[in-house]
Amino acid sequence: MQKTIAAALLALALPALAHAETPEQKGLAIAVESQKRNTGWVDSKVDAKMILENKQGEKSERNMRLRALEVVSDTDGDKSLTYFLSPADVQGTALLSFTHFKTPDDQWLFLPALKRVKRIASANKSGSFVGSEFAFEDLLAQEVERFTYKYLREEPCPTDEAKGLVCFVSERFPAYENSGYTRQVSWVDKKDYQVRKLEFFDRKAEHSKTLLFTGYRQYQGKFWRSHTLVMENHQTGKKTTLSLGNFELNAKVDQTEFDPDALARLR
Amino acid sequence: MSEQPIAMTATDRFALGVARILVFLRWPVVLLGIASVVAAGYGGQFLSFSNNYRYFFAPENPQYKAFTELQNVYSKRDNLVFVLRPKDGNVFTRETLTAVRWLTDEGWKLPFVMRADSVTNYQHTQAEGDDLSVADLVKDPSALDQAGLERVRAIAINEPLLKDRIVAPDGHATGVVLTMVMPDKSPIEASTAMAATRAVVDRFRTQFPGIEIRLTGSVALSNAFSEATQADITTLVPLMYLVVALTSLVLLRSLGAMFCVMIVLTMATVAAMGLAGWLGMTLTPPSALSPVIILTLAIAESVHVIHNFLHELRGGRTRFEAVIESTRVNFGAITLTSVTNAIGFLSLNAADAPPFRDLGNIVSLGVLTTWVYALLFLPALLAILPIGKRGNVVSDEGGGFMRFLANFVIKLRIPLAVTLSALTIWLGMQIPKIELNDQFVNWFDRSIEFRRDTDFMIEHLTGIYTVDYSIKAGESNGITNPAFLNKVEDFANWARQQPNVLHVFTLTDIMKRLNKNLNADDPAFYKVPDDRQLAAQYLLLYELSLPLGLDLNDTINVDKSATRVIVTLKGVVSAVDTRAFKAKADAWIAANIPSSAGVEGASPAIMFSFIAQRNIDANLFGTGWAMIAISFFLIVPFRSLRLGLISMIPNFVPIIMTFGVWYFLVGRLGMASSIVTATSLGIVVDSTIHLLSKYIRGRRELQLSPEDAVRYSFSTVGPALWILTAALLLGFLVLSLSPFEVNRAMGLLTAICIAFAIIADFFLLPPLLMFVDRRNRDRAAVPAPAE
Repeated sequence: MQKTIAAALLALALPALAHAETPEQKGLAIAVESQKRNTGWVDSKVDAKMILENKQGEKSERNMRLRALEVVSDTDGDKSLTYFLSPADVQGTALLSFTHFKTPDDQWLFLPALKRVKRIASANKSGSFVGSEFAFEDLLAQEVERFTYKYLREEPCPTDEAKGLVCFVSERFPAYENSGYTRQVSWVDKKDYQVRKLEFFDRKAEHSKTLLFTGYRQYQGKFWRSHTLVMENHQTGKKTTLSLGNFELNAKVDQTEFDPDALARLR
Repeated sequence: MSEQPIAMTATDRFALGVARILVFLRWPVVLLGIASVVAAGYGGQFLSFSNNYRYFFAPENPQYKAFTELQNVYSKRDNLVFVLRPKDGNVFTRETLTAVRWLTDEGWKLPFVMRADSVTNYQHTQAEGDDLSVADLVKDPSALDQAGLERVRAIAINEPLLKDRIVAPDGHATGVVLTMVMPDKSPIEASTAMAATRAVVDRFRTQFPGIEIRLTGSVALSNAFSEATQADITTLVPLMYLVVALTSLVLLRSLGAMFCVMIVLTMATVAAMGLAGWLGMTLTPPSALSPVIILTLAIAESVHVIHNFLHELRGGRTRFEAVIESTRVNFGAITLTSVTNAIGFLSLNAADAPPFRDLGNIVSLGVLTTWVYALLFLPALLAILPIGKRGNVVSDEGGGFMRFLANFVIKLRIPLAVTLSALTIWLGMQIPKIELNDQFVNWFDRSIEFRRDTDFMIEHLTGIYTVDYSIKAGESNGITNPAFLNKVEDFANWARQQPNVLHVFTLTDIMKRLNKNLNADDPAFYKVPDDRQLAAQYLLLYELSLPLGLDLNDTINVDKSATRVIVTLKGVVSAVDTRAFKAKADAWIAANIPSSAGVEGASPAIMFSFIAQRNIDANLFGTGWAMIAISFFLIVPFRSLRLGLISMIPNFVPIIMTFGVWYFLVGRLGMASSIVTATSLGIVVDSTIHLLSKYIRGRRELQLSPEDAVRYSFSTVGPALWILTAALLLGFLVLSLSPFEVNRAMGLLTAICIAFAIIADFFLLPPLLMFVDRRNRDRAAVPAPAE
């Protein structure tokens, strides 16, 4: 995190040097500011519902309870715990993830039917998450260190909700291994520094998916959270809507739950 | 062909008026003609070559609908398969596995690729202590020692997901399968994908000379259609021009006249293709035949006009008189034959496959443009160009032979009628023995790369005919219900025992393996998990472990209520066997998996296996319509129901004889058969119209006896009909040089039909006419038309 702080200090000093700023520096500065405004939430609880939809219009739902622990470090990202509520057959299954910026993530899955915790020994952030259009990497916290940046331009924000706001448009390039993307383009509003839209470009550098963030609400007078994330896959015509509700920040979650050995006790 | 100006009909008088105007306004007419060709031909730039095998199926085609629905539930996929065969006969060497790895990585970068499957990136699962390891079967080929290679080989050739699909059971060949999702935004996507993939193949050949590589799959199939179309246009059209030039030279004996024919034909064809472009049509191999067919049909019309013109000129008339007379005598007959040709081709709109509708419509446009340029532009052109010499010769081309032929037919009319009828009945009895069969791989001859490479894949690796089933569990998340999984497993096992089945891809093979892996690789657990929650959680664990692109979204629907089973058939399966497998499998599922009752097998192979029958059924309607319309044009202009109906006989007879002979020649018929009846009917009726019109003219205007009327008709139009038939025959034989089987068969069938038609017109029609007229001998001749 020290690097981040250094970058943040640099960013604060930047307005004076605005004209000398390279697109890379400006892109980084925007990401640093975004992160600065989202630091200090400590931990969170939220209910998540995923609605998967295919081209034929068939829908399917997955319900989860998510808990996250803010990690301030320059090597590791946040810790997260996903507890599946439905479909019924996987109820009670829990996925624990410790994310890292440079090394593969650590993941464990508790299978209640087997009453065992299985380590997921893979570097597969890029794969589809529970059959949805979200890859695991799309659901991770947007820590500055995960990408390198390049500012492109300013333009009106793309979502209805952010109409009237101006957005920074920047490219970002995954700095971690095994990403499914060559780059992403982000729209971050100038007022609150929240992501409004992300475009994903696959290994062939083709625009494959678009993610829209809407339903922003502010918590504790500081932290903005989007409540509806719609991911559209342009190549397959499939769509996944992620709805979040009952946000609690600084929720005093039990930190001992974030332990592979404790997964089996989770309810 | 001396006409009697005294007995002019209303048509003659109208034609005379038109002809005089054309001569008077010859310069404006010629300029207008050229301008109209430029304007119409400008649309030619909008013509595109269809690049998608799906274009053969209309949206309402039930097999196509079933396949589209399946693709909407999983994903719309096309594929390209690299088939690799190392010359040392062993896939499991460091060198070959390195090559496979390289190709897999390069494959990912190709346009539209969503997934690449090979023996190296196959997600091998195994127990690792208490955990499940999910990883590429071969991560780093260069790091494998002999034992490692043996291990990989043993896993690959025993894995039901790989054996007979990605790896040959003997380990001699392997495949890299690219799954592509075409955005359907541009008509050249298949060509784009194919060009980029062929570039990778070229690089592969340079880097890995010890491995033979071939390329096939559904994208290669789509691309082959466009390559066959272009081959047809670039080779058949020039050849057809040669035929046109030779025929017109032989018939007209004048280079200038030949030049005129070529001009008119080119104008008619360019204008028709241009109009097709303006109308936004897409060319496929069948519709790419349009220019050749238009040239073939147009030659008759323009040769008639020039022939009469030269005849009059040589007979002593002035240039303008000759033009006017030629236009007058041809106007009615050419209009009538244009109408019947157009009726035959327009009836293709009843076809199930859109390429045939396009063929029918483009050729009909060509019939229209031919009428315009042969009857309106050509006379004006002849009035300007210094073609032919005015003389004082009354030529008697082939007249002697025609007199002999007429006397022969008149004398032997009863034996001829009996023999031809008996032959027709006997040949007709052979038709039901013809096997209806379309094999889309064999639609292309071995001059097309797709055919050679697909044959190679079938010989060394796997099949190309698949049948997909989306088997429904009947409830949300029901696919992990052990009872359902066991049913799916039973279906897969049943299918594997069927003749013609090579491989079955099923989720249950994954579930069985996961169950074993999660029980410390104990072989006793190589079966479907017997607990629903357990199965669902295994699957979740596995899905969370799979990397990008190698997920199960193509195998399981979003609701986890259905799973896709893919059956691959052995080799080139006949349409009959493909349909038989589908029928049996549909019935098995209906009987054993009630939740999935009514689910049908769907795939391109299924679509193609029904295409011939569907088009034949659809075209029965079209042909019936064409027959009624054409009979109408034989009855009304000649004002005789009896003679009109009798004249249909020599038009049915050749069609029956053609299919009968086809049984002995080939024995197998595909989609081409469905359209030949309607199109040849429109073409062969022309000769009947010409003969009948002269016969009736002889009877009514010249008051000849039936026998003399036959002699009159033979000597007036006989020579021209024989030579024009030769031109039509050659034209359709040119089509039979196409690398595309549907076109070959259509060309050959139509050529045979045209040959039989001239026989029927000269040897069967006159006996019939004389017989019918004889019965009315007491009523004197056929009643003269009321003017």
